[in-house]
Parts: sequence; C-alpha cells; structure tokens
Amino acid sequence: MRSNLMPVVGITVLALVVAACGETAPSQPAGSPGAEGGRLDLVRERGQLICGVNGALPGFSFLDQATNEMSGFDADFCRAVAAAVLGDPEAVEFRNLTTDTRGPAIQTGEVDVLIRNTTWTVARDTSWGLFAPTTFYDGQGVMVRAADGIASLEDLADATICVQTGTTTELNLADVFDARGIPFETETFSEIEQTYPAYDEGTCDAVTSDRSQLVATRTTLANPDDHVILDEVLSKEPLGPVAPLGDDQWFNVVKWVVFATFQAEESGITSSNVQDMVGSEDPVIARLLGGEGDLGLGLEADWVVDVISAVGNYGEIYDRNLGPGTPFELERGLNSLWTDGGLLYAPPYRS
Amino acid sequence: MSIETMAPPSTAVTPLEWMRRNLFSSIASSLTTGLIGGLLIWLAVNVGGWAIGEARWEVVGNNLRLFLVGQYPATEAWRLWLNLAVLSVMTGLSAAVFGSTTRTLAVSTSALQLLLALLIVPSPLGTLIPPTTSLVLGLLGNAAGVWAAFVAGRLLGPPRRWLMIGWLLTIPLTFVLVSGFGPLPEVRSTLWGGLLLTVLLAAVGIVLSFPLGVLLALGRRSGLPAVRVLSTAYIEIIRGVPLVTILFMADIMLPLLLPGEFRIDRVARAMGGITLFSAAYVAENVRGGLQAIPMGQYEAAHALGLGSLATNLFVVLPQALRSVIPANVGLFISLLKDTTLVTIVGLLELLGIGRAILAQPQSLGAHLEVYVFIAAAFFVLCYAMSQASYRLERTMGLGSR
Repeated sequence: MRSNLMPVVGITVLALVVAACGETAPSQPAGSPGAEGGRLDLVRERGQLICGVNGALPGFSFLDQATNEMSGFDADFCRAVAAAVLGDPEAVEFRNLTTDTRGPAIQTGEVDVLIRNTTWTVARDTSWGLFAPTTFYDGQGVMVRAADGIASLEDLADATICVQTGTTTELNLADVFDARGIPFETETFSEIEQTYPAYDEGTCDAVTSDRSQLVATRTTLANPDDHVILDEVLSKEPLGPVAPLGDDQWFNVVKWVVFATFQAEESGITSSNVQDMVGSEDPVIARLLGGEGDLGLGLEADWVVDVISAVGNYGEIYDRNLGPGTPFELERGLNSLWTDGGLLYAPPYRS
Repeated sequence: MSIETMAPPSTAVTPLEWMRRNLFSSIASSLTTGLIGGLLIWLAVNVGGWAIGEARWEVVGNNLRLFLVGQYPATEAWRLWLNLAVLSVMTGLSAAVFGSTTRTLAVSTSALQLLLALLIVPSPLGTLIPPTTSLVLGLLGNAAGVWAAFVAGRLLGPPRRWLMIGWLLTIPLTFVLVSGFGPLPEVRSTLWGGLLLTVLLAAVGIVLSFPLGVLLALGRRSGLPAVRVLSTAYIEIIRGVPLVTILFMADIMLPLLLPGEFRIDRVARAMGGITLFSAAYVAENVRGGLQAIPMGQYEAAHALGLGSLATNLFVVLPQALRSVIPANVGLFISLLKDTTLVTIVGLLELLGIGRAILAQPQSLGAHLEVYVFIAAAFFVLCYAMSQASYRLERTMGLGSR
C-alpha cells in the first residue's frame, strides 16, 4: 500500500515544485509593487535601501577591519544611491550574493539594486535587470613571470594557463586563443584561493582573470615584482549597477546617481568643497547641485549634494578604494573621464 | 601440596620496555616506526614553524569582533555578555544540582573561557589577540560566574524543577537580548554574524528539530493512514533533497510564493530550512530506536492500563531516545557544520565572515591563517558536543544494561 502511494505523492510534489519554478519569470517580480507604487516609494517607505553586493571581493566590497562596516568601491555606490533617495548614506542593508544567487535576487526584486561586479551582457540586460552606466571598465588579462620573457599572447604557445572554472574568463580564453590559432593547455580551479597559489608554485606558466583581480592578487604572491600583467586585453568586462526590470523611474534614479559622480568629478566638485559650490556662478554646477530642482527624477532638489558629501565624486571613490594608497594601486585607464581619454561620460544634467 | 597465594603478574613496564615491545619488536616494525615517526616530526616542524614563524595571526586578532559576533553593534555588545553570563550561571547551578554531565559542561565552559582569556595575555609569540580589557574581564567574569553559581547551588540547593523552568526561560531571554525587544533597541538579524550566528543557527536547529523529528517518527509508525502517509512523505522528500537546495528555496523561492511585501526574516528562513531538514533525519534515527523496543513493552504498558500517549511518553520514548543518543549527536554535530552552507545564501556565519575578512586590504593572502582559525573553532565546538554525548550516555547507563 505504502509503496504504491509513494510515487504518486512524489510526482505531485515534484509537479508543484516545477510549477513554482515557472513563476520565476522576470515579468512578474514578487515584491515589486506594480506600476503605481514604484520601487522609489517602496524604498522610501522602508527607509532602507537593500543593495546586493559580493561581500568578499578585495577593493570592491568587504567588511572593514576598523569599522566592521561594508566598505569598498561597490559599497560606496550603494551608499551613493541611499544618500540620493533617503538622504542618509548609512541607510543601506547590504545583501551578500554569490554568482548563483545574484541573478534571481535582482529578478525577484529581493534587492533594490545589484552592485556586484556584474558584467553587462545582452542576455543579462534583457532577463536580469536594467544596467546603469558602467562604474568600472574591466577586461580580462594575463599575468606571467617576468623572467619568462613573455610579451604577447603568441609567446604563450603550448603554455599551461591557470583559470577559474565556470567563469566567462574560461570561455574568453578559449575564444581568443582558438581565433588566433595559439595552442594552449588549461589547469582549472574552482576557487580563487586555489588558483593563485597554484600559479605561484609554478603549476602553470600564466594565470588569467579580470585585470583588476590580477592586480589585486599580485600583491599576495610571494614576490609580487617577479610578475607582470600583459598589455593585451582578452575581453571587455564592463561592471555596473543593475536595477530590476520594469521600473523606469527607479532605473533612472540609479542611472543618474552614477552620472552625478562622473559629472561632479568633471566639474571639480568634491566631498570637501560641495557645500561651498551650492549656488555657484557656473550654471552647470548650479544645476547639478539643485539650482533648478530635481529635473523629473522624483528626488529632493539637492540630492547630488547629499551624494557627493557622503561618498565624494567618482575620482574620490576610485582613489579611496582602488587607487594610490591602497594595496592595489590600479591605474585609472579606461576608468578616466572622457576629457582624460577614458570612457566616463555623463550626459548633460539639464531640462 | 599447599596452595600459595601469588601476586598477580606485574603489568607495569618501563617506558623503554614499552617502546621495545610495541614500537621496535621486529625489523619491519622498527622501520614502520621510524618512517611514521619521521613523517610526524617533519609535519610538526613544518606546521609548527609556519604557525610560529610565518603565520600572520594578527588577521585573527584584529578581526576578533567580526569573527565572534559579526557586525553586531559594539554599543549593544553588553547584551551578549549578559546573555553569556546568564548561561554561565545556569550552567554552574545545574552542575551543583544535577551533577555528572552538567558538571563536565560547567568545567569545560569555564576552562574554555579561561583559555581564551589567557590567549589575550602577551606570550612569547607576541600578543595573539590585542588585549582589550572588556574582553578579558568578560571572559574571566564569566568563568568566575560558573563557579560562584556552582558554590551557591551547593549551598542553597534549589529544586530541580526551578532549574528546568530557568533553562526554558533562557530561550526567550536569549531571543530578547540578542534581537532586542521593548526598551532594548532592535538589532536586525542582518547584523548577526560570525560565531554568534553559527551557534544560534545550530542551537535553534537542534532544539526545534528534535521534538519535530520525534513527532514525525511516531507519525510514521502511527496506525492512522493519513498521519502515516504524510509523515512518510515528508521524511522521504526532505531526505531526497540536499540542504543547499532547501536553503536556496527558503532564500529565493519563498519570497516568490509569499504575497507582495510580506517578508520573513532571512535568518529565520535559514533557521526554518535547517530545522525542517534536520527533523527528517532525527525522525529516522528515532524510528530506529522505536523499532528496537520489543512488543512486550507495549503490551505490558497496555496491561497496566496506560493509554497510547502515556505508553509512548513514559515507556517507549525514554528507552528509544536513550538508545539513539550517539546517532542523534552525530547528526547534530553534522548540523553544526552544515550551518556553513548558509554562507551561500549570503548570511555571514563563521565561514562567510572569514571570506569577507579575507577581502580586506590588510588581510589579502592570509587564507591559511583564517581557515585554520575557523577549522580550530569548529573542532572545539564539535569535540565538546561529542564529549558531552559520551557523558550523557554514561549517565543514562547506555550499554550497561
């Protein structure tokens, strides 16, 4: 009797589970309160921004040793959004997400915004959420031992390359090397904690990952100066905030918070001088700091003042977390203002 | 022929004789001893050399607060100390009144706290943990509290019933102190972390899954078809799914199924997932114990006029549960270690907080130190649990009847 019943019960439950899975379709995000409410009102009502971060990525999001608060480049952008919406940069609940949970978290609206070193791709843009302007232009690079005299990818013919499995990095490596007809072998690892020690101990001739990660982890190798990162870039990795699909007002808020940090740097507004700049003679600065209202975003007129006083302009955020004085000492490179040959370009903030 | 009384043959041997007999009895044995001994010495030199010379233990010391309580606000930390003090006093009182197992518990808790306090005192290796007076005072105060309560318990001899009620009251008290209630400001569960979260998840999982598991085990053997089928279905389905899946479901799927803005706290969701998962395994352990009870016991109980509730409560379960202590403790030890899985749903228990700490600019590359520390912490917890289980078995006379 019991043995006859079990499969029936099992199949029924399985069917229920499958049916429930079907509801993850992004068109019906639970917790997103429909068109009339809007996430902006939801966040205000809650009094707190829920921001999805990595939580364990050097330079981008980690728990600070002195303050025990979430810190880093990504965490600062979470604070910037909170400052713009709620006027309080500390009104953020950080939600640590893995590579597997970040997609569902933004699709279901569990987080208000996802700022977790997520590469902007077409599939993610259409099925995960809307990508705000890129805050960090990364690219895949290759690190080799300086003594090996390797200068280009062609010199890596028949070399063994350490790579993390299950990443776009692994796919990009095959794409580029196959396209150029360079024979190579890979040694794959599942964790970052295994990859770099293996390279350090000579298991492979080279290691590949995002250039920012290579620079950051080079400082942890036995003799950091013995290693160089090749100039060649294997792929484009634009990393930026993601807002849930289907809420234009909220997406605009996230987008313009990022633009405001760009524009502030371009206009020379910093966290220390922003208060003096309010009511400036320069019409561009005056408008940015609330001279003509919020121009339709649905925020307080002086929201940019709140953002810049809280976290500073883009250059300040970058320097504080990744620039000189940090162990990473990352060059600005593509992450410079367009006026300095970089890619950071904010559209005009005007009516 | 007279009978002489002879002394029993001496079994005492000198250490040299012992070694000759056990380690170097033949050439092969001497070779094995040499090989394994050499390996052990080589390991000890290398590991010890690393631990004393190279390891950057300051990673642990500087982040001790994060490791212990996560982002729990410093201004509210006194509540955790108070909670710990209450638990220490209860342990001391119980040791005085109940004796045996609880006394071991009291000795080990106070010893552990003294040991931790000693680690803070400067040693030849340098200070392993930066000396913070509050930490030293708190630990020493707690260790003293255990023994003060023990002495007080000896002198006053409070009734056992009071102590049982006291222990039951510590559960809501812990909840009130940790999360805040009434005049105490709320500390959101998102700020709980480190050892605090690990212990809370494990404790809640153990305390709740045990009764649930017992009910399920009884249900699976019930004469009522509906109860039996439902219990069996629950047990088999949960046992057929990995814990990771259940945690993912609780974290990601549950909000989809709940209406609108109705949210359940994420830590509560993880606790629920762990409890539901563990209950199915407890149920099967307990069922094993139930099956070992001979029918004669039921029949005797019925003959005495006991109903089925009384039969189960007073005759069957006491025997069944006692015989499955080792299996259940094994399960609870693995539950404690399984709490590390909540790190994949973004909760910062001991392992998760370790990963967040490793991303600090000051801690880059200190993987070994952080993971060795976390492993040691888990070892201490699990070893304490298994020792407590041995004591419990001995007290209850398991295996001696």
